[in-house]
Amino acid sequence: MTDRPNAPLLEVRSLRVEFETRRGPLVAIDDVSFSIAPGEVLGVVGESGAGKSLTGTAIIGLLEPPGRITAGEILLAGRRIDNLPYEAMRRIRGREVGAIFQDPLTSLNPLYRVSDQLIETIRTHLPMNEKEARARALQLLQEVGIPGAAERLDHYPHQFSGGMRQRVVIALALAAEPKLIIADEPTTALDVSIQAQIITLLKRLCREHGTAVMLITHDMGVIAETADRVAVMYAGRIAEIGPVRKVVQEPHHPYTVGLMGAIPNLGHDVAALTQIEGSMPRLNAIPPGCAFNPRCPKVFDRCRVDRPDPMPVGGSDVACWLYGEGR
Amino acid sequence: MIAFVLQRLAQAVVVMLAVALVAFSLFRYVGDPVINMVGQDTPEEERIRIREQLALDQPVVVQYFRFVQQIVSGNFGTSLRTGIPIGQLMAERLPATLELAIVAGIFALAVGLPMGVYTGLYPRSRLSNAFLTLSLLGVSLPTFLIGIMLILFFSVMLGLLPSFGRGDVVHLGPWSTGLLSASGLQSLIMPAITLGMFQLALIMRLVRAEMLEVLRTDYIKFARARGLTNRAVNFGHALKNTLIPVITIVGLQLGALIAFSIITESVFQWPGMGLLFLQAVQFADIPVMAIYLVLIGFLFVLINLIVDLLYYVVDPRLRVDVRAGRGG
Ligand SMILES: Nc1ncnc2c1ncn2[C@@H]1O[C@H](COP(=O)(O)OP(=O)(O)OP(=O)(O)O)[C@@H](O)[C@H]1O
Ligand code: SF4
Ligand SMILES: [Mg+2]
Repeated sequence: MTDRPNAPLLEVRSLRVEFETRRGPLVAIDDVSFSIAPGEVLGVVGESGAGKSLTGTAIIGLLEPPGRITAGEILLAGRRIDNLPYEAMRRIRGREVGAIFQDPLTSLNPLYRVSDQLIETIRTHLPMNEKEARARALQLLQEVGIPGAAERLDHYPHQFSGGMRQRVVIALALAAEPKLIIADEPTTALDVSIQAQIITLLKRLCREHGTAVMLITHDMGVIAETADRVAVMYAGRIAEIGPVRKVVQEPHHPYTVGLMGAIPNLGHDVAALTQIEGSMPRLNAIPPGCAFNPRCPKVFDRCRVDRPDPMPVGGSDVACWLYGEGR
Repeated sequence: MIAFVLQRLAQAVVVMLAVALVAFSLFRYVGDPVINMVGQDTPEEERIRIREQLALDQPVVVQYFRFVQQIVSGNFGTSLRTGIPIGQLMAERLPATLELAIVAGIFALAVGLPMGVYTGLYPRSRLSNAFLTLSLLGVSLPTFLIGIMLILFFSVMLGLLPSFGRGDVVHLGPWSTGLLSASGLQSLIMPAITLGMFQLALIMRLVRAEMLEVLRTDYIKFARARGLTNRAVNFGHALKNTLIPVITIVGLQLGALIAFSIITESVFQWPGMGLLFLQAVQFADIPVMAIYLVLIGFLFVLINLIVDLLYYVVDPRLRVDVRAGRGG
């Protein structure tokens, strides 16, 4: 593996997530392994339905039945967290792993003041009284750049604009200083003009606090600017994972090559990743061998029989037989 | 806030005028009250005199406004059957009906809400399934059947509870209450359960559906992702959002409880307004029927008004919208 100075903060090993259905189990995440170092930003990209959100949800332990982890393990700072009882995992959520979701308009409870929601979160995890928690809440709102934070503190969510609400959401996610934040398309629902601001803010705060981020997005521009490493997911598996510059400039996996071909030049935003012919298979129709083989321009015999596992190629890990032995 | 209240009050007045119109039209289309009042051999002059006395010779619009005016001034007329002022009749009967409806409502809410929350939180549990099956019975069994079965079991077979009447009442000024005597309380149990059963099942199913809906929302997911305790998520964030529609329905159902108490009152011979109304129907005692309608309408409107104000207290979004003049 690559030589990283720090021991990983998060380690996902051979994760498998299945949905129990009447017609048998559907495998939504299959043999996914990756790690995130302290303070590192891992970008996760892939088409809709690739399993990005599901991976994040599995990490924070909020998979909803009938979905469940059926194999693999998840370690946080060396400690296994995928098999913890609900209450033990609850203490980790927010305190050690925070989360930000796509839609700031619906992430906040409409019936509670912003101050209530912040103070509640702070006091759940930190030994503070009401007054100290309120002071911290105010400080957090200032930190995420809400103008007039002192007055805004006691406002209700509907009194904030979308961008401001996402700032509040970020403040909430950071309230107990987690070491890792899972940001699932944190800007997709926002105005294009505001997206960059929010990403910049998130990036700055995480750098200042030394928080690692798993940044799920469709936006390769954001990944190129923000992430240290990037994982490309396809049909519930990782197709390619490596340092962002490597993956962007010399992609190896034919799917990644297709994705990068979709970007005219870096720094430009590309909303959808649909430059490749065809569409991703449904979970109940994933072909044998390499899941990408029906769409792959470089497909050959072995691809239709054997499933490729990620193997090291020039600093990245690539799941493609083009780089396997016996070719 | 004041604009909001005034707006709702104006709406209430319009609704009451409409209800009064319906009540008033009873006089015109349900038989001739004079014929009911007089004997066969009453001379024509006497009939005309009564007609004039009742203002039945005036134009319809004038009659309507006289009707409204009289009600507003507290003059409800007299019962054709008994000759007793209707205001007095209603005042005697109102406490019985209100006590029955309110106790039935509290029973429905106190049992239905926790059952709904439980079935919403644990949709797959066996107890939830049992609750759901019971609630299906609650909404589908006719009220009189529930009442008769209760009487059969608790009065006839076990001899535990009285099968009819209100027991001993205590007079507190104009209000007669059955809540302060043992026999009064015993008498209240079965009618209240009978009347509240449908509402209980309704509230339970509503709370369950709302709870399931709210638990799927992003803000609940985000609350969990922040590591809030189950208690804070379920009973703080989720339940509070569930309560908005529940308040509406419970409020409206309280009106329905009062209106539908007719059946329960007749099964248990409960001396309330519903029983009075039934007797009035039998004797075509139109003034009593009309005033009953108006009174029920008034209670509905009043309850609605209170529900609207409660909304306002629970939901901050309404407060700001009204302030900004967006209304709605
Ligand atoms: N409750 C469920 N039952 C069955 N399949 C599900 C369920 N929830 C998610 N899936 C499937 O799991 C797969 C992965 O979903 P996921 O939400 O992780 O995709 P994603 O990569 O985040 O996509 P997007 O970019 O649209 O957010 C999808 O194919 C989806 O259909
Ligand atoms: S394994 Fe084969 S089908 Fe899959 S990406 Fe590589 S070349 Fe294409
Ligand atoms: Mg997603």
